[in-house]
Amino acid sequence: MNYTLLVLSSPTSGHSAQTAAKFAHSVIARGHSIERIFFLDEGTTNGSRAAVFPQDEADKLQPWTLLADEHGVELVLCIASALKHGMLDETEADRYARAGATVHPAFIISGLGQLIDAASNSDRLMTFGD
Amino acid sequence: MSAAEKKRSLVVMRQSPYGGSLARASVDLALAMGAFEQNYDLLFMGAGVLQLVTGQDSQKIGAKNIGRILTSLPLYDMESVYVDAAALDRYGLNEADLVLPVSLLDESGLRSFLNDADHLVGC
Repeated sequence: MNYTLLVLSSPTSGHSAQTAAKFAHSVIARGHSIERIFFLDEGTTNGSRAAVFPQDEADKLQPWTLLADEHGVELVLCIASALKHGMLDETEADRYARAGATVHPAFIISGLGQLIDAASNSDRLMTFGD
Repeated sequence: MSAAEKKRSLVVMRQSPYGGSLARASVDLALAMGAFEQNYDLLFMGAGVLQLVTGQDSQKIGAKNIGRILTSLPLYDMESVYVDAAALDRYGLNEADLVLPVSLLDESGLRSFLNDADHLVGC
């Protein structure tokens, strides 16, 4: 079965985003596939390469980057939400004259069409909110 | 179901209009689904019904008027939006207080409406 995931919550608000990443790993481990993972609103902050989490807490970024690096999963941040939350890649940082990119390179920034397109090609659309 | 078949999506709006940024983000999602000619419906539940209240003035908090954005939805071929009747009731509202014509759903209507969608987007 083919899944699209929609992540709405930040890595620091509850455990919903972590659950989403674990779910995605389980989906793949069971032989299903992920069409795309789309991050909207505060969910876009999961792509931060600037956030520093305490060493005695779980790494909130690595579960996502592993999905991209080891399984080729597309991680897409909604551009409107990303910009509002200070989540910029090199292109957007240049465009808006900001000091540097804040988004980890495993993520890409794009529009809502990427969610709509992925959902229409998926058997299941799973929303992970608060 | 084959992936090529056009799916019917239901976007469920549950956030109050200005309590956070998710209400606005999900309105943008609904507008994008209209622009991409998706087969979808909008359902307002719980505090989400407050997004539809007429006469919103968000200027003083520096936010765009969500009620006004929602009135542009019919431009995208959206015939009707659906509202949880019990939620309207809870907030002391009726259809005349809303920015759009709506279809009211009672508890059993809601249940089958949610069941009939291929995809639910819960915002």
